[in-house]
Amino acid sequence: MAKYELPKLHYSYNALEPNIDAQTMEIHYTKHHGTYVTNLNKAIEGTNLEKLSLEETLRSVSQYPVAVRNNGGGHYNHSLFWEVMNPKEKGNPPGSFSDALNNTFGSLDDLIKKFSEAAMGRFGSGWAWLVLDNNGKLSIGSTPNQDNPLMDVSEFKGTPLLGLDVWEHAYYLKYQNRRAEYVANFWNVVNWNEVAKRYANARK
Amino acid sequence: MAITLPELPYSKDALEPHISAKTLEFHHDKHHNAYVVNTNKLIEGTELANADLAEIIKATVGKSDKVGIFNNAAQVWNHTFYWNCMKKNGGGKPTGQIAERIIKDFGSYEKFVEEFKNAGATQFGSGWAWLVLQDGKLQIMKTSNADTPIAHGVVPLLTVDVWEHAYYLDYQNRRPDYLSIFVDNLVNWDFVNSCLK
Ligand SMILES: [Fe+2]
Ligand SMILES: [Fe+2]
Repeated sequence: MAKYELPKLHYSYNALEPNIDAQTMEIHYTKHHGTYVTNLNKAIEGTNLEKLSLEETLRSVSQYPVAVRNNGGGHYNHSLFWEVMNPKEKGNPPGSFSDALNNTFGSLDDLIKKFSEAAMGRFGSGWAWLVLDNNGKLSIGSTPNQDNPLMDVSEFKGTPLLGLDVWEHAYYLKYQNRRAEYVANFWNVVNWNEVAKRYANARK
Repeated sequence: MAITLPELPYSKDALEPHISAKTLEFHHDKHHNAYVVNTNKLIEGTELANADLAEIIKATVGKSDKVGIFNNAAQVWNHTFYWNCMKKNGGGKPTGQIAERIIKDFGSYEKFVEEFKNAGATQFGSGWAWLVLQDGKLQIMKTSNADTPIAHGVVPLLTVDVWEHAYYLDYQNRRPDYLSIFVDNLVNWDFVNSCLK
């Protein structure tokens, strides 16, 4: 049996409309994410990576073939992406996470501004991130292609709390060249409770 | 001397049904145009303000403080070259000098097609696949994001844009289908031959 599986999506394809359209969700999840899972399984088959967790694999990814980096990153990043969005839970960041982000960035608006700049500044394909960095501080940055902040090869490091896919496939059917509009509308569907939960876990 | 956006060498619907008018409209009028506008914004008032596109690319490649200029200028150049690489009722086996060179350096047209499509399919993320002339020999090359052979002293002969914006409205995730159609129905071999000279 293959080690990795496409995780279940906890909402329907049209649940994030109008911010993210159903057709994009379906192709993104079944085709793009699905292909990363298939190719990741192929890349690790018969190797000792079958015994490692995905996080452990990514932390030492420089030691493995580039297919592990691209597809392992693709699987991790998309799995996180689906979870940090949610049609029902917009509203505000809860409790101690809210205090932490106010301390670091000033306000939620400042966080959004900085994160959006990171998403717009990533030339080509990639991801924007909010992470808990290795000094226990909230930090914002971006990675190219399917790299992520867990990877030893990444210039931007930390534990991912919130990620935004800025590959063109994430928004082209609905927004075409208008990445800024996609990034602005992303904030309507961020699941802050999930981000806060990841923040609490990362601090343990 | 500002950089200008060249007209497409054909009408927006000329490549239908292989590449839709809608795709060409966004790709040329929005993406290509944005690279032109950004380049001009970034070179204004600098020592590159009066340089031509190739000079800008060569002056900024590999310079960490000039990444923005390089990315935009190289994308202007790559897109203009890409438009010229296609025509209505193009594709299929080439004629002329390039046909002989392909057989000489790849063994067969089919082998060239296989290598070219493979380069396009395996360029992970955004980028370009190329047929180039390097060290007197035809070769296949792939570049990521804006990178371009002319920044490295390599002569480009043919390119295909594999940024997702080039094919997503028409092919979504099916990049290999787009690459096959490009080779079978779109390549302007007359232009490729003109680049050999
Ligand atoms: Fe994606
Ligand atoms: Fe393009």
